[in-house]
Amino acid sequence: MKNFEFFEPTTLPEASRLFAQEHAQLLAGGTDLVIGMKASTETPQTVISLQKIPGLDGISTDADNNITIGAMTKVREVELSEDIQKHHTALAEGALEIGSIQIRNLATIGGNIAHASPAADTVAGLLVADAQVDIASADGGRAVPINELFTGPGQTVLKPGEIITQFRLPNPTSGSHYIKHKIREVMDLAFIGVASAVNLENGVIKEARIGLAAVAPTPIRATEAENLLKGKIPTLELLRQAGEAAAAATSPISDLRCSAEHRKEMVNVLTKRTLQRAVARA
Amino acid sequence: MAKHPVNLKVNGDEHDLLIEPRKTLLAVLRDTIGLTGTKEGCSTGDCGACTVIVDGKAVTSCMVLGVTTSGKEITTIEGLASDGELHPIQQAFIDTGGYQCGFCTPGFIMASKALVDENPNRTEEEFRFALGGNICRCTGYTKILEAVIQAAEEIRTAS
Repeated sequence: MKNFEFFEPTTLPEASRLFAQEHAQLLAGGTDLVIGMKASTETPQTVISLQKIPGLDGISTDADNNITIGAMTKVREVELSEDIQKHHTALAEGALEIGSIQIRNLATIGGNIAHASPAADTVAGLLVADAQVDIASADGGRAVPINELFTGPGQTVLKPGEIITQFRLPNPTSGSHYIKHKIREVMDLAFIGVASAVNLENGVIKEARIGLAAVAPTPIRATEAENLLKGKIPTLELLRQAGEAAAAATSPISDLRCSAEHRKEMVNVLTKRTLQRAVARA
Repeated sequence: MAKHPVNLKVNGDEHDLLIEPRKTLLAVLRDTIGLTGTKEGCSTGDCGACTVIVDGKAVTSCMVLGVTTSGKEITTIEGLASDGELHPIQQAFIDTGGYQCGFCTPGFIMASKALVDENPNRTEEEFRFALGGNICRCTGYTKILEAVIQAAEEIRTAS
């Protein structure tokens, strides 16, 4: 591993100023960065640890079941949080899919998202939670909806010096489910990831959200499929149609894990399956 | 590049060290402090051989920069036995023959200890899933699992 200057700032403005320099990298859990530095795919001259900045970790739920997750919250905490299991089941299920317990004890939800892998396991759950991403910089901050955060593989709208501080999840009043299509039980990357969330009112779908990972250059929402579901009774035929519409919205690649055709077909199948479970949980 | 002062609390002993930020916790434990019980397998977080416990949580020490662990409580395989008495998990690995070449054993024992400390009431299936981050290339998983289940039982009945 190449050497680098190491900083442990205690305030966000300080961290932001350091991070605005060239060749600077933020360190959260380190499960991507440290491995990248060993492989020399990451060669930062400055590494800025976020762990000494107070207020960046933890999960809080207000009286209206709006949930806030600090960016430095460990993925394992997200997985085990009763509030997240109950209100954002797909997100808890996604967190459980990451690496091993040892890795989930290190990895943070902010890192999983800021790394911007199209296959990130927490991203589909955050998409269907309609999460807002709070971002800090030296001169203030802004909020970006999660579905507008990503611009390409490993790319986000974050500008130099901008740091994700927390995710705000509005009260969902919905059921949700995430399925990761993979070969190994643990320690695998997603062929694809599919999350669905459904709100029901008198047996009719009031709102549906479908989040897809590893099927396009960025994680995406399948909005046409969502619109198709709105205002209708969730029959198996309707959910099947939504699966087809979701598959049509994807532009997957073929790689060493599987072919583009397989990915597209599995989006169809798993969208239907996650919708079925989400409806049952709604 | 400047070295950083750190205070590492390893198995109850304090170590005031000056370390390069690029040194992983694994490298600091093995090369600087001389605790070579923790093993380096894949060095990419996939095999679990380097598992240690930091503030009660099992982590792969090959992915952790040593400078970020200053002031935290670190337990390695060398810290499990007390007063010459093996920890029940260590004893269970011996009783069941839960190792072959032994290289993965410290990682398995540390991962198992964190699991049993967290919740000894796991089913076999749950232990199997929870130990998914540890690999035994001799493929001696049956005996390893027996050891963990035996130790969990012992700890349940003792408490």
